[in-house]
Amino acid sequence: MTVVATMAGTVLSVLVAVGDSVTDGQDVVVLESMKMEVPVQSEGAGEVSEIHVQPGDFVNEGDPLLELK
Amino acid sequence: MSKAIAGTIAGTIAGTIAGTIAGLAPEHCGAPSPEHDDRVTWTAAGRTNSDLLCKGVVELLTLNRNIGGEWTMIRKVLIANRGEIACRIIRTCREMGISTVAVYSDADKDALHVKEADEAVRIGPPPVAQSYLQIDAIIEAAQQTGADALHPGYGLLSENPELARRVAAAGIRFIGPSPEAMAEMGSKVAARSRMKEAGVPLVPGSAGALKDVDHALAEAKAIGYPVMLKASAGGGGIGMQVVGDAEALKKAFASNQARAAAYFGNGEMFIEKLVQSPRHIEVQVLFDEHGNGVYLWERECSIQRRHQKVVEEAPSSFVDATMRKQMGEAALRAARSIGYTNAGTVEFIVDADKNFYFLEMNTRLQVEHPVTEAITGLDLVEWQIRIARGEALTFGQADVRLSGHAIECRVYAEDPVKMLPSPGTVTDLILPQGEGIRNDVSLVAGAAVTPFYDPMIGKLIAYGANRTEAISRMAKAISEYRIEGIRTNLPLLEKIITSEAFAAGETTTEFIQHHISWKE
Repeated sequence: MTVVATMAGTVLSVLVAVGDSVTDGQDVVVLESMKMEVPVQSEGAGEVSEIHVQPGDFVNEGDPLLELK
Repeated sequence: MSKAIAGTIAGTIAGTIAGTIAGLAPEHCGAPSPEHDDRVTWTAAGRTNSDLLCKGVVELLTLNRNIGGEWTMIRKVLIANRGEIACRIIRTCREMGISTVAVYSDADKDALHVKEADEAVRIGPPPVAQSYLQIDAIIEAAQQTGADALHPGYGLLSENPELARRVAAAGIRFIGPSPEAMAEMGSKVAARSRMKEAGVPLVPGSAGALKDVDHALAEAKAIGYPVMLKASAGGGGIGMQVVGDAEALKKAFASNQARAAAYFGNGEMFIEKLVQSPRHIEVQVLFDEHGNGVYLWERECSIQRRHQKVVEEAPSSFVDATMRKQMGEAALRAARSIGYTNAGTVEFIVDADKNFYFLEMNTRLQVEHPVTEAITGLDLVEWQIRIARGEALTFGQADVRLSGHAIECRVYAEDPVKMLPSPGTVTDLILPQGEGIRNDVSLVAGAAVTPFYDPMIGKLIAYGANRTEAISRMAKAISEYRIEGIRTNLPLLEKIITSEAFAAGETTTEFIQHHISWKE
């Protein structure tokens, strides 16, 4: 399962690490756009297998942020 | 030039032109007049020729007074801002015959404010901390271009006393209040005690820290429930709770005190009356540097999302003539108590029983100033500049016009339902036109809306002879607004403007949560 960016913006922080288990609805990444910080939530439970972004990266809406298995 | 010669020249110029403009001046020099009614022509025609002629005369008069040593000439203004407000300030400067300097970050190199200004200086990379908040770079740009005044706009550095101080130290006129007045209002606690001294109403609350639960109960009884229990050192809602009665206060006091002590190392508590169904109503004031001040009525700004205003109007349909006068005079007292000069706004929170309480003072031009311009016929940026160059107000309170009704909608680049930012490229843009419609924007088709700055991309203002006409013109304008490539809050604005609750004037800060639904 892929967690994607809900809006275009800059990655402010990544709240999880590879190997972490996350629950459905957990905040995993914080994006910033237009002076607003928006947490991105996982849409399911699983273990983080890969992280595609790091703080400072620019992402477009729909870009993959991380993978869960 | 010696003073004696200056005096002679001054007298001659003034005498010659005074006769020429006698019939023109009261109507067109920014002084309000009931007959002067050209505001509905903004969209298509802009300013009339007689206005321009009149402004030329004012320039001459200014020069004349300057020779006498009273006024300072402003020839070139640097605008330390971006977006629609930079464009709006440029427009007035141009009408006054003043040249303009824009500053820009790399993200804004193709922005409209850069194209519209006479000169433009790059001040850094896209993030505001590295560009628009860089006082050094901004002052350097002003010096490099020979600007003799600086307009800070709103947001960014506009309420930073340090900028005002540094600008003045560099021998440049700051178009705004003194740094001391800005600092005075910058501290909420200090401002509150200042306002109390000045006789400006504050939300009723306990005088000092509460000693214990019995003290809290006594104070709450005196104020009247419901009350808000707050931690003195609080922030982020910690230690804060609404309590409806004595029983609830008994339960809440100890636990909130303990939490505040744990979080802030300070368990000091106080209580304030809870303002229910509050309205956010603010008063525009204008003070020159000679001790004259007027209030330019109120703006109703209650409709908000995430504590940011979405729809504003002037006048407020909730405010009657008596209350208008009381609020206006309280705003004048507030401003006068700190020696305020230039344009400023005193914000009040108003309860359902029409009691109003001081919230804060914004020591700058406000985003929603166009609604005040619409009902008074004044150009606030023009007056900011005239005051900054030392002119005295040419009118008193009794001359300030209040005619018709104006509404402003803030157009945000955001998803209307989720209210999440939606940056992107504007592929198509058709702005609504028509009687009483004004657009303050900095967008053109092909422009990029970047994620670096505020999501507000434009302001749509509708003026009408009365509120009903203003609403119907606004509704029509929103329906004609066409913007492609990014999502905007226009669908939300349409729902608000066409709702029965808005027509009924039920404009409280809870408007969106109570009256807007996306379910069909």
